[in-house]
Amino acid sequence: MINLQTLTIQEAREGLKRKDFSARELTQACLDVIEKKDKDIHAFLEIFEDALTQADEADNKLKNLKTSELPNLLGIPIALKDNILVKGKHASAGSKILENYVATYDSTATKKLKEAGAVIVGRTNMDEFAMGSSTENSAFGPTKNPFDTTRVPGGSSGGSAAAVAAGMVLGAFGSDTGGSIRQPAAFTGVVGFKPTYGRVSRFGLIALGSSLDQIGPFAKTVTDAEILYDAVKGEDLFDSTTIDLTPSASHPPLSLPRRGERGEVYVIGVPRKFIDSEGVSKEVKENFEQTLEKFKKLGYKVQDIELKYAKHSLAAYYIIMPAEASSNLTRFDGVKYGLHVSGQDSIDDYFKTRGAGFGREARRRIILGTYVLSSGYYDEYYGSALKAKRLITDEYRKTFEDVDIILTPTTPTPAFKIGEKSSDPLSMYLADIFTVTANIVGLPSVSLPSGFAELDGVRLPLGVELTADLRREDILFAVGKEFLGE
Amino acid sequence: MDKDEVMRLAGLARIAVSDKEAEDLTREFESILNYVGEVKNVTTNNQQPTTNSEKDDFPNRNKMRDDENPHESGLYTAELLNEAPEREGNYVKVKKIL
Repeated sequence: MINLQTLTIQEAREGLKRKDFSARELTQACLDVIEKKDKDIHAFLEIFEDALTQADEADNKLKNLKTSELPNLLGIPIALKDNILVKGKHASAGSKILENYVATYDSTATKKLKEAGAVIVGRTNMDEFAMGSSTENSAFGPTKNPFDTTRVPGGSSGGSAAAVAAGMVLGAFGSDTGGSIRQPAAFTGVVGFKPTYGRVSRFGLIALGSSLDQIGPFAKTVTDAEILYDAVKGEDLFDSTTIDLTPSASHPPLSLPRRGERGEVYVIGVPRKFIDSEGVSKEVKENFEQTLEKFKKLGYKVQDIELKYAKHSLAAYYIIMPAEASSNLTRFDGVKYGLHVSGQDSIDDYFKTRGAGFGREARRRIILGTYVLSSGYYDEYYGSALKAKRLITDEYRKTFEDVDIILTPTTPTPAFKIGEKSSDPLSMYLADIFTVTANIVGLPSVSLPSGFAELDGVRLPLGVELTADLRREDILFAVGKEFLGE
Repeated sequence: MDKDEVMRLAGLARIAVSDKEAEDLTREFESILNYVGEVKNVTTNNQQPTTNSEKDDFPNRNKMRDDENPHESGLYTAELLNEAPEREGNYVKVKKIL
């Protein structure tokens, strides 16, 4: 009997090699859980009809290849957010405007996952074009939190988070523009990891904010998240922002000793004022203090840090992201692909198609982005946001000369009720307060499950967020594993 | 920000919005712009941001490749055109422009 609620990717790989179960049995077990639970949770927009065929191919390889030749994710059932293209499959980004779009190519991440032998079970629900923090903005209905179906799973990658939390797949991928992996991970009690900007190719990811977007994994453990990340990372000629880690004068080799690696302890910086700000719930603050105690017990040095500019991250983010989104989403015009609504003439086709195809939040952000980029307001808003970005970046980079990790709660509150914030866009935006900075600066950041809050008699997961300097994923993995006892 | 301005912006963005939605957006933009507008004060009250490229070790650079080895002509045409809402033969069809 396979228990998907606890089975990790690491264990499943061993189980497959030992022939405890076949890849088909493992995938079938996932499909059974989806069948049983997803009518209440709605994590998936589609289950791919060839999931078992993919599993059979994995079983063939398991039979015919030497153990040393087996690819890293062979037979592991995973899910992809609906904005990551899989050739021949629908990819709608949670939007009516792409409801019938069929991807004509694999994203680089998809290609790498196929090469690694993963079984791609289906595509998961999301806020339309990744615009949201609750998955309520999906054109195809909200996803529910597996811990309490009256609450949101977070977003925008809420479907991927819920699918992993409910044991429907062993891992999943999402995209993180301002917290869209880490925030839903915290709300559903799983690990959510956003790599350094540029470490995972976005070729074949439907773009939201191109200076911020990054693909990353959801998993039950840090070890699993690292396995998934390793499968998709790396330089890609199809995404000019991807970076490799080849050492050069300006990028010293990563083996260069840092704290922790010299037998010294890692230093955790806590931006105390930022965390004490209003809007952070009592439960979250208590859990955070417990987390600090745990780190101290584990031997870490914890010190307060002051971040003067961090508080401006969210404002800068909600200028830069809509600006980039308004530009990125011009491509949806009803001409080349996607929805087409006919108007009186050619330009009216655009108005009708985009008016009907984009949901309310997408229209709101496109128009807001148009405003901050428009003549007369560009310097005032977009220009100021870029200056703030520079100041925040300098401040964080400098802080990482003194500390190895910056620790905050992932979210100001536990999962909120469905509908609670949907009538007030600004209150929804404030849910991203602790996550956006990593995107503004490009830093790697991970949300780890850190306990529960008891609200209305329901146990709701909480998360803490660890952020490291650029390209220091290795520190996050090392510390994260120790924190979760892996 | 008023309703006319929202309508003008929606026009620039090529999005049809109803009167009612324009009114709602006007109200929502007030509160959003009030919040994000705080960045306007960030740099004027403090020092200017550094632009020292030596310090900037964020290694994102354009990746160029030679324009060579094109794929066989027409290899992807059918697949891509299949996604077009309207087509005529191997052309994407739109309404008369002039």
